[in-house]
Amino acid sequence: MTAKIKSADVFVGYELTTLELSFTRSDLVDYANASGDQNPIHQDEEFAKSVGLPDVISHGMLTMGRAIKLVTDWVGDPASVIDYGVRMTRPVVVPNTPSGAIVAFTAKVVELNDDGVARIELSAICDGITVLGQAKATVQLAQ
Amino acid sequence: MNRDMVGFAYPPSEPYLVTEKSIQDFARALGDDNPAFFDVAVARELGHETICAPPTYPILVTMEAMKDAFADPALNMDFTRVVHGDQRFAYQRPIRVGDELVVVTHVDEIRSLGNNDAATFRTEVTSNGEPVCTGWSKLIVRGEA
Repeated sequence: MTAKIKSADVFVGYELTTLELSFTRSDLVDYANASGDQNPIHQDEEFAKSVGLPDVISHGMLTMGRAIKLVTDWVGDPASVIDYGVRMTRPVVVPNTPSGAIVAFTAKVVELNDDGVARIELSAICDGITVLGQAKATVQLAQ
Repeated sequence: MNRDMVGFAYPPSEPYLVTEKSIQDFARALGDDNPAFFDVAVARELGHETICAPPTYPILVTMEAMKDAFADPALNMDFTRVVHGDQRFAYQRPIRVGDELVVVTHVDEIRSLGNNDAATFRTEVTSNGEPVCTGWSKLIVRGEA
């Protein structure tokens, strides 16, 4: 694997460019079809409300899968990610509007080892609420 | 849930063939247009033989494999009350086109979390016997109100 970013070009505290993505109802249908997760809480507003949710919510795995795009776009080679984990603390509530929900993703380097392995902390915020907690990726940078 | 199941491993899943189409469908559904998923020439420039999968792609096979556990009466897990709490993947090598992914699901931990049960499953993913990825999924089973 070949990351486009060299470890010498970054430092602990280095902040990646922020990424803002919209989550629409049609995005949830697409993800349901691609992942096979057809739970109606991600598509059916009436059903979601009947089980006590404020509205349709995003698949946690869609939020997780999109957050790492911030890192993979930066590093160039998606296969440079060698470890990635999140806690799905709160759901992304997706209203039936053209722009849906907007989630802002940020990331910064929190550890950098001599072998070019960087630990990156991510955050994902929707409407002022943190939707992913303890989100961490480990990336092999170029030497 | 039945705590006696901690340490149990389910039989290996049926092999899942990784195709260009399945990687690209998954990347598209994430809204990820990274050319490394769509252009084999770009993947080769990055040092790969062929197109590699996005980091969360293995959920396709690990979630499917875990369904055997969810449906196992011996585990006694009410899947209608399940919420996905934590997810982590550690990659031994990139997943790429041509891999035949097999998953073995292990019950690592079951514990009480207030009124709820929290179960951590470890999913060991291999391709032709070669380790490619380890997943950990923590699922919260909400207790009766």
